[in-house]
Parts: sequence; structure tokens; C-alpha cells
Amino acid sequence: MSEHVMSSKMYYGIWITLMVLTVVTAAVSFIDLGPFNTIVALSIATFKAILVVLFFMHVKYASEKLTKLVIASALFFLVLLLSLSMIDYLTRYLA
Amino acid sequence: MATAAVSAERENYLNKEYGIRSWLLTTDHKRIALLYLVSITFFFFIGGFMALLIRLELLTPAGDLVLADTYNKLFTMHGQIMVFFFLIPSIPATLGNFLIPMMIGAKDLALPRINLLSWYLYIAGGALMLYAMVEGGVDTGWTFYTPLSTAFSNTHVVEAGLAIFIAGFSSILTGLNFVVTVHRMRAPGLTWSRLPLFVWAHYATSVIQLLGTPVIAITLVLVVLERTLHLGIFDPNLGGDPLLFQHLFWFYSHPAVYIMILPAMGVVSEVLACFSRKRIFGYGAVALSSIGIAVIGFIVWAHHMFVAGISLYSALVFSILTYLVGVPSAIKVFNWTATLYKGSISFATPMLYALGFIGLFTIGGLTGLFLASLGLDVHVTDTYFVIAHFHYIMVGGAVMGYMAGLHFWWPKITGRMYPEWWGRLAALIVFIGFNLTFFPQFILGYMGMPRRYWQYPPEFQILNVMSTAGSTILAVGYLLPMVYFMWSLRYGKVVGDNPWGAAGLEWKTSSPPPTFNFDETPEVTWEAYNYDQIPVPKEAWLEQ
Repeated sequence: MSEHVMSSKMYYGIWITLMVLTVVTAAVSFIDLGPFNTIVALSIATFKAILVVLFFMHVKYASEKLTKLVIASALFFLVLLLSLSMIDYLTRYLA
Repeated sequence: MATAAVSAERENYLNKEYGIRSWLLTTDHKRIALLYLVSITFFFFIGGFMALLIRLELLTPAGDLVLADTYNKLFTMHGQIMVFFFLIPSIPATLGNFLIPMMIGAKDLALPRINLLSWYLYIAGGALMLYAMVEGGVDTGWTFYTPLSTAFSNTHVVEAGLAIFIAGFSSILTGLNFVVTVHRMRAPGLTWSRLPLFVWAHYATSVIQLLGTPVIAITLVLVVLERTLHLGIFDPNLGGDPLLFQHLFWFYSHPAVYIMILPAMGVVSEVLACFSRKRIFGYGAVALSSIGIAVIGFIVWAHHMFVAGISLYSALVFSILTYLVGVPSAIKVFNWTATLYKGSISFATPMLYALGFIGLFTIGGLTGLFLASLGLDVHVTDTYFVIAHFHYIMVGGAVMGYMAGLHFWWPKITGRMYPEWWGRLAALIVFIGFNLTFFPQFILGYMGMPRRYWQYPPEFQILNVMSTAGSTILAVGYLLPMVYFMWSLRYGKVVGDNPWGAAGLEWKTSSPPPTFNFDETPEVTWEAYNYDQIPVPKEAWLEQ
């Protein structure tokens, strides 16, 4: 179980990035982008989540198969949740 | 009494340390299992008391025992307490916690302190739930459906929602612990294909706990945020979609049924093999069907929403997918039945519960297929047919499995035997009381009696009286084990390490087990359920 040691500079860098992105999300919400309102907000949120998972949860440097399995299954089930819900949303108002 | 004297002197997890501190700060999985056992029993009797009040109200067509508002709170809190504070932790957190490390030849779970944290989270959530209850309760139904829960209900939705949020993390941590433990802590020689089916079932359960619970937790937080800060998530007036709540809620809450039933199936596999003196027929199929149920169970959720206004196309997809989940369930039932064939069967108490499980689960499962069919579901949605169906699964299935397991491993947990005659009597009373309570509800539902009403037309009274009478019998059936288990702690016959002559590593250590389970790490060279190599003990409780 060799663990990759991350420098504290890296941790602070990620943290500041997350904070900046939070401010950006809040700032963008004051601008009306029409249909892009949600898209922009969710894109920023997804990017932030990826940062947290990769760095704060050490997944980027994980060598264990079990960790990879857990991440893969979590993503798989997220796709199930979204895709099967979308079957409803995309066809709800069809004749 | 020579055996008693020897057992009393032997150091085990119960007599190693004494005092309240040694229990509240323990990291021993066996002690944490007992902490859970006591806690969930407490909630079981609160939830059960509410069920009796519900049944008492429905004894007569008029609403004459409690106010309509009180009735709403009774069925809501009965559901929330039974589902989140009894059934979800029932077998995994008690028997699973106690047995999984022993079954795989380990000294403890992989993360013992996380295990204790999980119990504290459960207690924190439970305390908040009790607070919500004494402050006046919740009336949204256990399902927290929006917009009632976010815009209209003036009861303690926030407290109850947060209580379940907190308890959810205890469930996640239990699942996490089991997954890591099963992957990393198996004894030498204990390959995946040699694992007891109890462990397979818990592994599948843990996957659901890990992947499903975060969804309900966040969904309830969204309810709280919409209710308190008026964020538009589910309320159409704020730009939300009320059906989104139902999608998110059932994405967890349907698989949650499998969190309850899969561990019970694990217990049944162990008990059936032992009291048939045979290896489980189709071991591989039974093991993999647990994983199959866990995965397919995640893609059927919208069958709870067929009449809620989802698209017809998605309803068709979910209907077909729901039929699929019947396949692995049926695989189990057929394989258990085949295990009995030409087995040397004895009807000890755990076996009675296990056989009861098979019958009642089959009825519950088959009526689930009725509900999966789009046409029939329109007729019986939100009627007592649904209530009867899921109680056959949750009480007839999960609780029967829990009782089977509790009796089967009681001599391992305590070192003492419960009174077998009383055990068989209680099992019989539970079976009769259960069927009398819930079978009439199938008919009531089919005739059109809706759920969640405190009054009903007089023509439904006979069946309701039968149901209420059954519930009192069922209550006796559950109180009896409570009494004789406590009695047996002091007066029960002291038994050896393996009174059933059962296979499995947990029976190879002493009863009660030492703190670190085994004096030396066992090495497994045999397949699971090698009953052809284990002599049948000549014990009174195995006589027919």
C-alpha cells in the first residue's frame, strides 16, 4: 500500500480553485444566460466534484483495484439514475 | 454442571471487561452488534406499538379512537421508524456485524472504529427521530412526498428528514465496512467460491447501502432546503418538478427493500443447509442471484410511480425491468426447495422461521409481479393490496429471516440455548398471526379499500376485524421471544460451541467467542456447507 504523498501547496491550490469556482457560480447566477443557466452551473459543479474526487479523495493516485472498482460502480449507478430518469423526462409529453 | 463451570471461566467478549464504559467505547464488532440489537429492539417495539394503534383504529369503520391528524402521524412514524430504524439495520448491523468477521476467519471488521461511529450516528438519528415524535410527529407518510412535505405539511418534517439523513450515514458506514472486510480480511484458503451465502448476501446488501443511501440522504436535504429556504427543486411554482422527488426517493427506497430482504435470504441459506444437513443446491446460482438482485433492484424504481404522471414509455420500460427482478428471486426459492429434497430435515425453531420465510416471501414476491403489470397496478395502487404485498416482503420475509437468524446464532452469541419448545410455539404464533393480519388486506385492497384512511365503508369491517385480531396474535408472537431470550440469558442451558452441528467458521470458535474470535487464524481447506463431513449432534432440539 504505497501512498502517493501530495504537497500541501497542491491541497491549498485545489482549495483556492474550489473557492474561486464557487464565487464564479454565484456571480454567473446574476447573469441571465437563458437555457445555459443550468448548463453552466452544473458544468462548474461537476468540475468541482471531479477535483474533490481526484485530489481530496486521492483517487488520482490510487493504485488499488478495489478503489477503482468502487469509483467505477458509483459512476455506473449515477448513469443508471440519470439515464432511466431521462427516459421519463424526454418522453413525458410525447403524444 | 462441569461444562458450565468451564464456560464461565473461559474469557470471552462478554466477560473480558465490565462496566458501561467498556461497552460505549468498544470497537469489538460483537459488542457493537449487541449495542445495535438493543437499540433496534427498542425502535421495533415503538414502531410495533404504533402499528397496533393503527389496527385498533381500523377495528371499526368510524374514526373513533384517534383524530384523523393523529392517525396520519401514526402510520407515517410507524413506517419511518420501522424502515429506517429497524429494518434497514436489522440483520446487517446485528447478525452481520457479529458474524461476518467470524465467518471469514477475521479478528474484527476492517474498520472497527468506523463501526462504532456507525452506531453513534444511528443513535443520533434515532434520538432526533424521537424528538420529532414527541414534539408532535410527522404526517407526510413515510415517503415524504412533495409538495405535501415541502409546501403544505405543518408538522416536524425537517427534524424527521434530518434524522433519516443522519441514520443514513450509519448505514453507509456499515456497508463500507463489510465491503472492505470481505475483500481484504478473508482467512487463507477462503476463496469467494467458499464464502458462506450469508456473506455473499451481505456483500450485495452493502453495495446497495453504499451506492443508494447517499441519494436518499441528499434528497431529504433538498426537501429540507425547499421547505426552509424555498429553493425551487420540487415545487412547480418555484420551477421544480414534484416527480423528481419520487424518482430520487425511489431510486434508494426500492433497493432499500433489498437491503432488508437480502440479508434475510442469507440467513435462510445458512439455516436451511444446517437443518437439511445438505450443501445448498446451486450454491453459485444462489450467490450470484444476490448480486443480480442488488443490481436489477436499482433499475426498477419507477414502478412506484405508474399512476403519478410519468411517461407511458418509461412506465413500459420499468414494468419490464421489474419482471426481471423476479428471476434471481425465483432462482433462490427454487434452489432452497431443491436443497430440502432428500435432506435430513429437522424442524428446530430457526428452520420453522426459515420455511415460513420461503412461503411468505413467495407470496410477497408474486404479488409484486401483479403490481409490476401496468394495467392491474392502476386498480390497486395506494390500496391495501400494496400494504399487504410489502408487509409480506418486509415482515413475512425480512423479520422472519431476522428471527430465524437470532434463534440460530443465539447460542453462539450468548453461549446459552433458548427454550426450544417455546421457540417453536412462538414461530407458529408469528406465522398464524402474520397471515391473519395481512392476508385479508390483499382482499381489502382488491375490493378497493385505500391505504392511509382512518375511516372506511362498513362492508370492509369483517376483513379489518380479522386483520386487527391477527395483529394482536402477531404481537404475542414477538413478545414471547423477547421474554424467553431474556430468560435464557440467566437460565438457558449452557451449550457447546456448535450445538446444531453446523458448518461455518463461526461454529469453530467457542461460545461466546473470545474478543478476537479465533486463537489462531483458521485456514480453510473445505467448501462451504460440507455437511457430509460433519456428524449430526444428538441433541434434544434436533429431534422432530
